Amino acid sequence: MDSRFLTALEVVIGVPAVLVIYIWGTERVIGILGERWKRRIRPWLWLLPAIGFLGFFLVYPTIQTIIRSFQGRNELHPRWVGLANYKWFFTSSSALGALLNNVLWIVCLTFFTVGLGLLIAVLVDRVRYESVAKSIIFLPLAISMVAASVIWKFMYDYKPPGTPQTGTLNGLLQVVRAGPVAWLQTPTWRLATFALIAVGVWMWTGFAMVIISAALKGIDPQLLEAARVDGANEWQVFWRVTFPMLGPTLAVVATTIIITALKTFDIVYTLTNGNYDTEVIANLMIKEMFVFGDFGRASAVAVVLLLAIVPIMAFNIRRFKAQEAVR
Amino acid sequence: MAKVIFEKATRIYPGTQTPAVSSLDLEIEDGEFMVLVGPSGSGKTTALRMLAGLEAVDEGRIFIGDRDVTDVQPKDRDIAMVFQNYALYPHMTVAENIGFHLKIKKRPKAEIRQRVLEAARLLDLEPYLDRKPARLSGGQRQRVAMGRAIVRQPQVFLMDEPLSNLDAKLRVATRTQIASLQRRLGVTTVYVTHDQVEAMTMGDRVAVLRDGILQQCDTPRVLFDRPINVFVAGFMGSPQMNLIETSVSDGGVQFAGRTIPLTPTQRAALTSEGVTLGVRPEGWDIVSPNEGVPAIVEIVEELGSDSYAYVTPEYDPNRTIIVRPNSAQATPHKGDHIGLVPRPSAIHLFDTATGVRLPD
Repeated sequence: MDSRFLTALEVVIGVPAVLVIYIWGTERVIGILGERWKRRIRPWLWLLPAIGFLGFFLVYPTIQTIIRSFQGRNELHPRWVGLANYKWFFTSSSALGALLNNVLWIVCLTFFTVGLGLLIAVLVDRVRYESVAKSIIFLPLAISMVAASVIWKFMYDYKPPGTPQTGTLNGLLQVVRAGPVAWLQTPTWRLATFALIAVGVWMWTGFAMVIISAALKGIDPQLLEAARVDGANEWQVFWRVTFPMLGPTLAVVATTIIITALKTFDIVYTLTNGNYDTEVIANLMIKEMFVFGDFGRASAVAVVLLLAIVPIMAFNIRRFKAQEAVR
Repeated sequence: MAKVIFEKATRIYPGTQTPAVSSLDLEIEDGEFMVLVGPSGSGKTTALRMLAGLEAVDEGRIFIGDRDVTDVQPKDRDIAMVFQNYALYPHMTVAENIGFHLKIKKRPKAEIRQRVLEAARLLDLEPYLDRKPARLSGGQRQRVAMGRAIVRQPQVFLMDEPLSNLDAKLRVATRTQIASLQRRLGVTTVYVTHDQVEAMTMGDRVAVLRDGILQQCDTPRVLFDRPINVFVAGFMGSPQMNLIETSVSDGGVQFAGRTIPLTPTQRAALTSEGVTLGVRPEGWDIVSPNEGVPAIVEIVEELGSDSYAYVTPEYDPNRTIIVRPNSAQATPHKGDHIGLVPRPSAIHLFDTATGVRLPD
């Protein structure tokens, strides 16, 4: 029998078995204690496995990464270098370029996904084939990032002028006797970056749309009728009633998209690998780590990314809790 | 302020055959308080929404004042509506809710503040102007919804069961407040309810609907005294009228061995032998068992000012007749054997086959 199969079997049977034995064992142990102690200790015993896993796989690596970010590149005998890695990050043109691109990603991806998601959700709400339209727009999110990137590689494909254009966009441009445009190879005006952001928008608009659409359905139709009777036209109904009521939802969607934009990696890695001024922080980190072997710098980049995400995450969780409290 | 006219107004919901409102003809006078009443599914709310412009008019026309509003958008109809669940904008304060229409109409800020304040004073809402609806009680929310309507000084008020979300005590108090407010403002009002007590107490006139068809529209007094058919007779009044199906013979209507004479016009109007005898609980005289229809008292409901006796007549043990003894009579007790005589002036006669009232 294939040894991998045996391993899989071990995992499928072994992991639950260990958990059951753990629970049974701990219950036996605290059975000895008095009722008062039992009540105090039991929650901790139940939490222990989860805390253990989180500590081992999340907290420990995070601390290690922070420590490592103050050390040099050498893998075996790292030296303390103080803030040198951070100094590099905030002074080198490649790192700052990546930072600028991430800002572009945050602004554009958020603006267009939330904007388009809202627009589509509102428009689709009024048609009969709503579910079909929504499914089609949601579909890209179900495709793996890499596969989506490959699809867009064909969309953006560029052949020298005068030859037949196999890329969809340049093919269309050829019909109107324009182009071709080297979408992914033009650093000017950060065109290539915007082309990558467009892929992200294509993927994430469906997500924004579905969440916003659900919130839209939650608005009492009588409120909109009340506004109409109160003399508001459709435009005013939207901006004065619908939009403010979607506020909390839009905030949650926007922060989720911002975090996605900060972590952008797959699309860049697959389509341009950071060339033509498309570098982003996450791809820079991978490069420093596995291409240049500079563990110190890679760790510093990771820490910067972490610090950037934490406040947004905190905001998102607070928002979410506030919403839950309202329900 | 204006007259409202429904002219053969019909609404057929897409995908259905029978109209929700069928060829409604109704004229509401300037300044009148008109109540639309009926059981659920009677089309009363649909009729109101047609007037608001929230529901399409498939046939017929609707006029507000002299203007044909059949195809006018809700925002241009100059009407104010109070919704059943109030439909307050949750993200706005009470003041913003009340002033929403004025803000949409781009009135000057000072004027908005002035008019909102006036409306708030009228409704005792002044201390709550800066609160959001979520922090108000049910009664306060109801008043904000009222405030949003009166601040507009519209041609017509529309109210869709505005009291149904209040508790019983508050409902009675608010009922009077709304009615007196309407008299004071003199704005034509169309009020929808399923509660016939509300209809009777509030309306100048009441329109009774059933299955999308207008049954009768008149003052509460006339509806109560001369219901046009069995449905209206049973619907208006609480506890409801005793309706006893019986037959007619040469002498007149036969009821438990007694004969109620029929006039020649009544006899001519009959389409069959069946007649339904209607007597309200207060229309019976209680006499000794051998003088009237013999019956046994099953239950007595004592309400303080009134009491109702649920009585089973000997001729039909499956029937219950509700009797309200008048103050001159002694209240019977459970198990008492009594005799019942319908007072001639309290007798309503209907054709059983058609349900229509026989001419007096």
